[in-house]
Amino acid sequence: MVSFFDFINRLFFNVFKGRKHIRLGIYGPVNAGKSSIANRICLDWIGEEMSEVSRIPHETREIKVKEQVEIEKSGKKLSFHLVDTPGIATKVDYEDFLRFGLSNKEAKKRAKEATKGVIEAIKWLENVDCVLVVLDATKNPYDQVNITIIGNLAARNIPVLIVANKTDLRQANIKRVKAAFPQYNVVGVSALKGHNMEDFYHELFEVVR
Amino acid sequence: MLTLQFIPYHDLEDLNSNQKVSKLLKSVRENKIVLVEGKLDAGEEALLIQRTMEEINRSFKGVEICSLDYYHQEDWVKNVRRGLAKMLLGNRAGFTVIGPASLVREIRKDPNKIELLTGNMKRKRK
Repeated sequence: MVSFFDFINRLFFNVFKGRKHIRLGIYGPVNAGKSSIANRICLDWIGEEMSEVSRIPHETREIKVKEQVEIEKSGKKLSFHLVDTPGIATKVDYEDFLRFGLSNKEAKKRAKEATKGVIEAIKWLENVDCVLVVLDATKNPYDQVNITIIGNLAARNIPVLIVANKTDLRQANIKRVKAAFPQYNVVGVSALKGHNMEDFYHELFEVVR
Repeated sequence: MLTLQFIPYHDLEDLNSNQKVSKLLKSVRENKIVLVEGKLDAGEEALLIQRTMEEINRSFKGVEICSLDYYHQEDWVKNVRRGLAKMLLGNRAGFTVIGPASLVREIRKDPNKIELLTGNMKRKRK
């Protein structure tokens, strides 16, 4: 629940900040491609990546911020701090990491850091002004983690753009994502291949506007 | 053996979010699948995830959670009626299932049904 103070604070913050230092958060479940989206945005506009990506879950275990990313479209500019967050999960089992060839010690360390990362990501919901919720378009969008993230953003009146990632994969189903969240803008992309990023930037301007 | 514990709305309605989450997690940590009447709000779900992450250890791997509700009503009269009922009686519509991740491997949710995929208790490792 957003308190009256938070509401007034957000209202005044939005009015006076002049949209110059928006903190654009990237949230989503584990392995949806949040860091790939962050990297794609950074590559497109500042020519360098910001996060490591990996097929091993929980690669991002700390909040990462890229300051002053500026994008431009049709003569309009948008400047923001890009906040890449650890994937949110309801369970973390170190044994899952062993399957990826990590040692027992590495797996336990990764699991411990992953749990801290999830907590940190949830705490950071207080600090973002606009959010890209990145979902894996090949997976079931009705997963409770997705609903919890979007519900918390809605409760804080934070604008949301849902990014259905991995559209280059045959199993991707954007219609299903749209059907699950009919009240939100949904854009399908492949961050890895850079597909449909023009539409993504268009939607981003729409949501931040 | 699977134990399913039903928690009616009135068992939780007077508890604050912390107490509510503690009560649910206590049952889940006793290897019970908890069926809650009504839904947790978004903040309580986030708190449940946070508390779960804090409690994860070798024996407790986390939870699987899912809630079902009938919120996509086209009929505004029904929505108004439901809103009034919620105001007077509390948010007891729908239900929530929470289970230990070691017991419930996955909960698959479609808009109108949920499937619990259970597995054997995790194999023991050194």
